[in-house]
Amino acid sequence: MSKSIESTGIWKNFGDTQALKDISFDVNEGEIFGFIGPDGAGKTTLFRIITTLLLPDRGSMTILGLDSTKGFKKLRENIGYMPGRFSLYLDLTVEENLNFYASVFGTRVEDNYELISDIYSHIEPFKKRLAGKLSGGMKQKLALSCALIHRPRLLVLDEPTTGVDAVSRTEFWEMLRKLRQHDITIVVSTPYMDEAIRCDRVALIQSGQIMTIDKPQNIRDGFSRKLFSAKAADKYGLLIALREYPGTLSVYPFGDSIHVTFSEEKPDKALTEFLLKNGITDAVLNETEAGIEDRFLELMGKDETRKL
Amino acid sequence: MTRNPVIKVRNLVKKFGSFVANDNLSFEVYEGEIFGFLGANGAGKTTAIRILTGLSEPTSGEVMVAGFDARRQPEEIKKNIGYMCQKFSLYDDLTIRENIMLYGGIYGLGKALIRERTNQLLDRLNFREYGDRLISSLPLGLKQKLAFSVAVFHEPRIVFLDEPTGGVDPITRRQFWEMIYETASRGITVFVTTHYMDEAEYCDRVSIMSEGRIVAIDTPAELKKQYDAESVEEVFVKIARPGMKHGKESETADNKREA
Repeated sequence: MSKSIESTGIWKNFGDTQALKDISFDVNEGEIFGFIGPDGAGKTTLFRIITTLLLPDRGSMTILGLDSTKGFKKLRENIGYMPGRFSLYLDLTVEENLNFYASVFGTRVEDNYELISDIYSHIEPFKKRLAGKLSGGMKQKLALSCALIHRPRLLVLDEPTTGVDAVSRTEFWEMLRKLRQHDITIVVSTPYMDEAIRCDRVALIQSGQIMTIDKPQNIRDGFSRKLFSAKAADKYGLLIALREYPGTLSVYPFGDSIHVTFSEEKPDKALTEFLLKNGITDAVLNETEAGIEDRFLELMGKDETRKL
Repeated sequence: MTRNPVIKVRNLVKKFGSFVANDNLSFEVYEGEIFGFLGANGAGKTTAIRILTGLSEPTSGEVMVAGFDARRQPEEIKKNIGYMCQKFSLYDDLTIRENIMLYGGIYGLGKALIRERTNQLLDRLNFREYGDRLISSLPLGLKQKLAFSVAVFHEPRIVFLDEPTGGVDPITRRQFWEMIYETASRGITVFVTTHYMDEAEYCDRVSIMSEGRIVAIDTPAELKKQYDAESVEEVFVKIARPGMKHGKESETADNKREA
């Protein structure tokens, strides 16, 4: 399979801060590849290197067959970049922004309109409106249209769904899916663990390091223990009790339940008694499937739990 | 849980010119409850929160917060609530102690009390050694925990949180939710607004706003059952934006107000 990106041992420091530590990964042509991790994990720094805007301290990156540090002129013609911060001109209209980006890349909106029509048609009724007056979801669609207007082979999206409501997020991922038919490789970052399943493959990134790279389902399957979901009316009481119980290995609140692993395969009978003694009479415990976030927590280190 | 309401809203209407941002809202939030206030961009959440926090006057309707009337006693409301948002909470160029001192002072706490509570707070967070460090030097996770602690420093009846755990790593996020649980267990109501539907899953009850109205209000479990959904996110997508059904971007409250 042909590679769109081959990254080998990339390091980047800012003063004393190690932003990226030995980052190696490959992105296959035509796939949607996600970097999943919290703020400060190094996602934006990495994306600036991919888009040739920043040089790594060490390591090499080959993008679309070209060395990123030497071939940057040619590469920039073939990369579409949507930065995390909305970077279009707020005092230009929707239409003016799009025309501007097309002209910078030496093309015309008409030439590539069919590529963006699915996305742009949502905001076209507002084309005379200033970009600064758009809602979050509309800004996002305009930024995506502008990043695509020169028909790039590689699309790099830095947290495109942050701060956007759930409906717009769902729509946005559908748009990305549709872009695949145009042979565009997509690299996308997000702090939302639940968006991992929308990608073909993901890298979990934390503190400048990649913890694992795989298909989303394989990452979930990588969870090493049996995982249980615990519920009780007094959630906080249950949490404290489970944490105090000697047989638990990890105890994390997880939405309306608590995710627990035990040092033995399963919880023993003594647990029920222990909970009763702590005033939890209605605890329900069921085995559950691990999600991406469970695996992320596991990879971040088990010792952390007890320190809470 | 005691069902003692600390927020009572009856037929709240807020208009900007002819535009109705809040269209006849009625709901209650109880003491010690973790309440999630959800809605699409521009659904009218911000408008409602500005009224609940005494920053804006309702056009009509009755709004009682912590026992005070939002129209007649907004200043009393402000004294009895805490507020934290993700974007700004603490002064970067002040130390941890200075920030706490500042907020304690603003809320009218005496110096001795501030000192006592500051030490308790720093101990509880294992922050003792960091007390004299500038906020700007702290990692994001610590900053957010501290910001929350400062928001409840004056023991308000209600604390308002705007996307409290967006973007933080999964462990920090869970530590943060545990602080929220602990706070609620002391009887302080936690009012959370968020775009992150997985944050909503942690709440005792959630309401979902759409086009100026509350279209659903219940426990996450009950909503999921009712809408045959696996997550609050799925419920939200099903009901939050009727204008989106045809795949076209609809005019939102934010746009209309700005336009």
